This record gives sequence, C-alpha cells and structure tokens, in this order.
Amino acid sequence: MDIRDGKGTRRGWRHAAALAVALLAASLAGAPVRAAAPGDDAPHVPDTLQQRIAACTACHGPHGEGTPDFFPRLAGKPAGYLARQLGYFQAGLRKYAPMEYMVRQLSPAYMREIAAYFAAQQVPYRRSPVPALPTAVLQRGEQLATAGDPARRLPACQGCHGRTLTGVEPDIPGLLGLPYDYLSSQLGSWRTGTRAAAAPDCMATIANRLTPADITAVSAWLASREVPDDAHALPAGSVQPPLACGVLGGGAAAGQGAAP
Amino acid sequence: MKRLRWIAMAVLLLVALLGGWLLTGPHRAAPPSRVDSTVSAAMLKDPALVARGGYLATVGDCVSCHTEQGGPPFAGGRALPTPFGSVPAPNLTPDRATGLGDWSFEAFWRALHEGIGRHGELLYPAFPYTSYTRVSRDDALAIFAYLQSLPPVHHVAGSPSLRFPYDLRKSLLAWRAVYFKAGAFKPDPARSAAWNRGAYLVQGLGHCNECHAARDAFGGSTAMPLSGGRIPVQDWYAPDLGTQAHGGLEGWSTQDIVDLLKTGQSAKGAAFGPMAEVVARSTQFMHDDDLQAIATYLQSLPPRPAPPARGTVPDAAAMDRRGGEIYAERCADCHGKDGTGVAGVYPPLDGNSAVLDPAGINAIRAVLLGGFPPVTGGNPRPYSMPPFAQQLDDRDVAAVVSYIRGAWSNRAGPVQQRDVFRYRHTPVQ
Ligand code: HEC
Ligand code: HEC
Ligand code: HEC
Ligand code: HEC
Ligand code: HEC
Repeated sequence: MDIRDGKGTRRGWRHAAALAVALLAASLAGAPVRAAAPGDDAPHVPDTLQQRIAACTACHGPHGEGTPDFFPRLAGKPAGYLARQLGYFQAGLRKYAPMEYMVRQLSPAYMREIAAYFAAQQVPYRRSPVPALPTAVLQRGEQLATAGDPARRLPACQGCHGRTLTGVEPDIPGLLGLPYDYLSSQLGSWRTGTRAAAAPDCMATIANRLTPADITAVSAWLASREVPDDAHALPAGSVQPPLACGVLGGGAAAGQGAAP
Repeated sequence: MKRLRWIAMAVLLLVALLGGWLLTGPHRAAPPSRVDSTVSAAMLKDPALVARGGYLATVGDCVSCHTEQGGPPFAGGRALPTPFGSVPAPNLTPDRATGLGDWSFEAFWRALHEGIGRHGELLYPAFPYTSYTRVSRDDALAIFAYLQSLPPVHHVAGSPSLRFPYDLRKSLLAWRAVYFKAGAFKPDPARSAAWNRGAYLVQGLGHCNECHAARDAFGGSTAMPLSGGRIPVQDWYAPDLGTQAHGGLEGWSTQDIVDLLKTGQSAKGAAFGPMAEVVARSTQFMHDDDLQAIATYLQSLPPRPAPPARGTVPDAAAMDRRGGEIYAERCADCHGKDGTGVAGVYPPLDGNSAVLDPAGINAIRAVLLGGFPPVTGGNPRPYSMPPFAQQLDDRDVAAVVSYIRGAWSNRAGPVQQRDVFRYRHTPVQ
C-alpha cells in the first residue's frame, strides 16, 4: 500500500486494517489467505472460471471466438476434442511454445473443466479472408471434402467430420468457420510432424496423401463455405470412419477419447 | 572476472597434469554385479522400504529429469540443456537392456554418491550428484528399491551431444577436481533436529543449490550456497534464498515458504517457470514436517551484503511515466494499484523476489509469457496471467517492468529494451 504521499491515507488505513484481519485469519488457520477480507479495496476478483483463465481468453477471446487471422476458435468445439488437444500440447505431440508453456502444469481435471467451458460457448462465426483462387481449384477442394479421391486413397473429409462438416461428438472437430491459414497450417503440421494424435494417426495419413496443391484447395473451399445456422457437432455415432483413428478407437493417449 | 581466470588456469593445469594418467585411464574397481551384491533381491522387495523410497524419489524430483515430455515416467530421454551441449537423462526403470535392470545397489550408490556410472565412466554434472552426494546410504537404498519396483520400460534415452572437449567424459576429471568432492551430510549438533533435517534436504536430495546458486563459465558453482543465480541456457533467475536482511526472500515467514512449496502460491509470490515444475512434481508432495524443516533451515541463512546502488537509463523519467500508465491500464486490475495483489489469487508485486531479481530476467519473462502457477492439491484451479508478448513491444515491456522494479517499496534498477528483445527470443524449455 502506498501511503508515502499522504493522499491515499484513508484508503491506506482501510487497507492496513483489512490486511491485518487477513493476516490474523491466516495465522489462525495456518493456511494461505484464500479470499480477500470484506471491505478490502484490493481489486474485486470474480470467482468464475472465465476469470481464472484470463490467460487463455487473452489469445482465444473471452468466449473462445478466436481471431480471423491467427488464434483458433475454441467455442462450440467438442469438449473431448479440446481436452485432448490440451493434453497433446502438454505431451509435445502438438507444438506451439506459448501453448505448451501455458498448459505445462495444468492437471487433466482442470483441463477438462476448461475444455467444457469453451465447448459450451455459443458465439456467431465470423467470415475470414480466403485467397482468390480459380474455380477449378475450389472444385477440387469440394471434391476432396465431399467425395474424396480414390486414386490417391483419400476418403472424403465428410466421412469423419460429418455430412455437415460440423464435426461429430465427442472427438471429431468441425471444419467450417475456420480460417484458411489455420486449416492449411494444421494440415501442414501433420506432414512435418509438429502436430500428431494418438496412433494410428489417421489425419497424418490423410495429410501425407494430400499434395500441397490439394491442401490449398480443400482449405480454401472449406474456409469459403457458409457456416450453417446449427453449427453443432453431430451426435456421437453419426459416422463410420473410413480409416482407423487412434483418437476414436479408445487408445487415446490423453485418456479423454471415447469410441463413438 | 579475476576468479574466472584463476579457475581457467587451474583447470588447464589439471588437464596438463592429468594428461598422462588420462591416457592409461583411471583404474577403478568395478562395482559388484547384481548377484554378488550385499543387497539381495529379496531385501529390495520390502514394501516399507519401497514406499519410503517412493517418497524420497519425489523429494529428489528424479522424475522431472528422467522423463521425456509425454513419455513414460522414469524411462528417461529428456535432454538437459547445458552451455556445452545437451545431456539426456537415462532410463531409471529396471529394464535390463536400457535401464537399471542389471545394476547392483553398489553401482547405484556410486552413481549417486560419486557421479560415476556403472562401467566406471564419469557422469556429467547435469545429473546433480554434486548435491546427491550428501544423501545417506540408507536413503539411497530406499530409492533404489523403489526404482527397481517400477514396471520395466524398454526405452533408449540417447547419448549426449556435447562440444569438444566436453564430449570426452574424461575431461570431467579436471572439472571434478575443482568443483566436486564426494561427501556426506554432516549434522550440526548445536542446531535443532528440524534445522538439520532441513539442511539435509536442501543441500542433498532437494538439490536446491543446483539452480539457486550462480554457475561460472565451466558450469560449476563456487558461489556462496543458495545465493541466487541465472540458470544457464534456460535463462531464468533462481533467487537468493536468504530470508534475512538483503536476502532474496527478505521478510518471508516460515509459513510463506511452506505455502509456496506446498501450494505453489504464497502471500509473497507465486511459483512459475522451472520452480513451478519443482513444486508440481516434488515439493507439493513433501510431508509437512519436512517443509517446516526446509523453511527453518532457510530462515537461518545469514544476512546478505547490501546490493549495489540502482542504475539509471538515459530517459528514465519518461520510461517511468510510460511504465506507470501501462501498469494502471493493464496490470493494476489484478496486481492492485499498490502492488499488493489479491491474497490467495494474484501475487503481490511489491517486495516480490521475481520482480526484484538482480538480473531482471524473471519479471520480463513473466510479463512476456504470462501463465498459471502450478496446479497443486492446495490450489487445484489457479488463476492465470495473460501473456503480453503480443500486446506490448520491447519498449513497453521494458517500461512497465522498470516501473514495477522501482515502485512502492521496490528498489531494483531498471531493465533495458535489449534485455526484453533477448528474452522474447529465448526458447521456452
Ligand atoms: C499466446 C496466445 C495463446 C494463449 C495464451 C493460449 N493459446 Fe491456445 N492456441 C494458440 C494458438 C496460436 C493455437 C494454434 C496452435 C497451432 O497452430 O497448432 C492454439 C491452439 C489451441 C487449441 C487447439 C485448437 C484446435 O482447434 O485444435 C486449444 C484447445 C487451445 N489452444 C486452448 C487454450 C487454452 C485452454 C488456453 C489457456 C490455458 C490457451 N489455449 C492459451 C494461442 C494461445
Ligand atoms: C478417418 C477419419 C477422418 C477423415 C477421413 C478426415 N479427418 Fe480430419 N480429423 C479426424 C480426427 C479424428 C481429428 C481430430 C484429431 C485430433 O484429435 O488431434 C481430425 C482433425 C482435423 C483437423 C484439425 C481441426 C482443428 O480444429 O484443429 C483438420 C484441419 C482436419 N481434420 C481436416 C481434414 C480434412 C481437410 C479432411 C479431408 C481431406 C479430413 N480431415 C478427413 C478424422 C478424419
Ligand atoms: C536435474 C536433472 C536430474 C535430476 C533431478 C536427476 N537426474 Fe539422474 N541423471 C541426470 C542426467 C542428465 C544423467 C546422465 C548423466 C550422464 O550421462 O553423464 C543422470 C544419470 C543418472 C544415473 C546414471 C544412470 C546411467 O545409466 O548411467 C542414475 C543412477 C541417476 N541419474 C539417478 C537419479 C536419481 C535416483 C535421481 C533422484 C534422486 C536423479 N537421478 C535425479 C539428470 C538428473
Ligand atoms: C530447476 C531449478 C530449481 C530448483 C531445483 C529449485 N528452484 Fe526454487 N526457484 C527456481 C526459479 C527459476 C525461481 C524463480 C521463479 C519463481 O519465483 O517462482 C525459484 C524460486 C524459488 C522461491 C521463491 C518463489 C517466489 O515466488 O518468489 C523459493 C522459496 C524457492 N525457489 C525455493 C526452492 C527450494 C526450497 C528448492 C529445493 C527444494 C528449490 N527452490 C529448488 C528454480 C529452482
Ligand atoms: C488477469 C490477471 C493478471 C493481469 C492482468 C496481470 N497479471 Fe501478473 N500475474 C498474475 C498471476 C495469476 C500471476 C502468477 C503467475 C504464475 O505463477 O505463473 C502473475 C505473476 C506476475 C509476475 C511474477 C510474480 C510471481 O510471483 O509470480 C509478475 C512480475 C507480473 N505478474 C507482472 C505483471 C505485469 C507487469 C502486468 C501488466 C503488464 C501483469 N502482471 C498483469 C495475474 C495477472
């Protein structure tokens, strides 16, 4: 407390009194002071999860809405998927230093609670910029997403991400409403090994079968789609995955994955 | 500087003197094999011994270094960074091919106590045997019994990648001559049992000094124990642990120390960076009487010399004004206008050892990285601090950090923009 300038003296005394009460309480309880004493004019801190995770919301937005250019949206993504990603950053399967540092000392229980918070947020999707590309490229993108390419042994993205491409509870994320840069960089990271999921890592297989031009095409097509009014993930069991995925088969490393 | 040169000369001299002997190699007796060991397999299976060893292994935080990110516990592979290259911590599970499955207790004891591997090779001091040498033989036996009770994991930890001449394990002979002496903890009968227990834990298994003392250019420490220092490569500052006049923890009560080690938070500050890991993996699980003992010992560390007077930056007044504005706008909501924090929620910045660290590293990195204190039994859902790396440029970070270092009762010198630039690019390990 600053009472040097003589101005804040009244505040200062109140503060000192509150501090004394708090110290007394602490010494009696022999435990760290839990809550500020009433009447204390230290900042008022709401006892909410949103306040606790101010670090996460500084980048991802208060409701996990994300930013059009860089920080991925978290709002409304399946909870199991989000919790598993946090475990992956902790285990180094996904690489992004600030995320890894953030989650390093969090417990699985706390990560699940945080994931559930973001999964429950409902905020409108925002359109993000898509590079201007020839129609043929976008058609190729649509083909990959809706029909796949048997010649390259590529199943349709819809085969797992759902007919509406809005994901499937509780483990498969949606692909609509994500920025072009984010989609293409995630597919790129699966190719370079800076993103991985529990083995067999079906997305790694798919990303490696896609050519760089295919990645551009499918990312651009997905990013240019309107997000449907109901962007919720489809109920569990809505898809029969055409490839085996570790995260869907119960062998999930982080333990949150349940078979659909 | 002078002392550095002296040490450099001493090392060169030793290298020259030992040269001849190096070529023929030291003639160390091999430790007995597992079958010839005085410690039988049956003795190691004693459940009480194994349980005690589990606790002691936690106190020694063996799991932190001996586990790869996301890997099975104790199976090794984490690369410990040093200024000379990196040294992976080996597999400590009882796998016969890749772990300690074929080790006798005698071999284990020699590693912990003397820093010598099973085949007589000298071990790198990234393994803190410089502290563990004070661990008693009884405690070492319990730890060995515990490690041998783990499920064996087949996992090759890899080999060190160090620069010449450090890649030659024999170069450690010279290093050891200067910095290492195998020895036991000597209790001080004039002190209380709690003090002695605390000293044993801090100087031995807890290996607090491995971080909390300055290292010189050769990676050794001849500084006053626990007097604080920069952790090389990782670039964090582990503060002086003295609680008396001019100590890094000046004014900390016994309870403050116990709270920090047990919950990761205290009325004086929160744990972050490498200390968050120490708390999360080790100290939060220590028994209350051991935590009290550690605090009792730290309280007895002598007063420190007064620090040199505060330096100045050319446009100090302008920086201070800018820093004050940023603080009011971005920080005061949590840390309070007067830097008092919010008890049990947000750490105070007034009198905080992380704000006052002589190198100015910790406050800069805390502001850039933000983060959560460790999740512990006593603080299962901690509040967090946003990272400011994206929102504030180097100049603004320098301004606000300089401000908090000089505000309220704080009297530490300002930090420079170039320091912020540097730590912004320090990889987060
Ligand atoms: C410094 C900014 C920053 C902070 C702070 C941050 N994140 Fe992130 N987060 C990112 C970025 C950037 C990515 C994308 C990384 C990548 O490219 O894989 C990401 C990815 C994620 C993902 C994966 C999203 C997906 O769809 O796969 C989750 C989940 C997540 N963050 C949750 C959190 C939570 C919870 C916190 C707080 C504990 C947090 N983040 C704090 C920047 C941040
Ligand atoms: C065999 C099933 C399967 C198919 C087919 C599939 N995916 Fe996936 N995809 C998954 C699973 C499972 C995940 C979640 C991975 C994880 O948990 O890390 C995922 C995740 C993703 C993500 C990460 C989303 C985010 O928010 O970070 C992207 C991007 C993606 N898939 C794109 C595609 C594209 C494009 C296609 C079609 C070319 C496709 N997927 C086809 C199963 C599939
Ligand atoms: C600060 C990190 C660190 C901590 C903490 C640590 N170790 Fe190690 N340990 C290492 C490194 C690195 C090596 C490898 C040294 C070398 O290769 O010369 C090692 C080597 C060893 C060895 C030799 C193994 C072999 O295969 O040669 C044993 C035994 C050992 N540690 C046991 C322990 C025990 C028991 C503990 C806890 C009481 C512990 N360590 C804590 C880093 C650590
Ligand atoms: C791996 C390195 C490392 C080890 C080992 C370590 N510390 Fe620390 N410690 C740090 C760093 C870095 C900081 C500064 C960051 C902070 O304040 O949390 C610190 C800070 C502290 C603080 C002050 C925390 C605060 O909020 O101001 C205390 C008290 C402390 N350590 C005690 C100990 C004790 C006791 C041990 C031994 C049982 C120990 N440390 C072992 C690295 C370490
Ligand atoms: C939303 C609340 C919040 C805001 C805003 C905030 N902090 Fe923090 N600050 C925290 C929390 C929580 C910690 C403990 C983090 C940890 O232990 O990893 C912390 C830790 C610190 C530390 C390390 C001290 C310690 O004991 O852990 C410093 C220095 C610091 N903050 C400075 C600042 C500055 C400067 C600003 C403004 C630019 C700021 N903080 C804004 C919540 C906040």
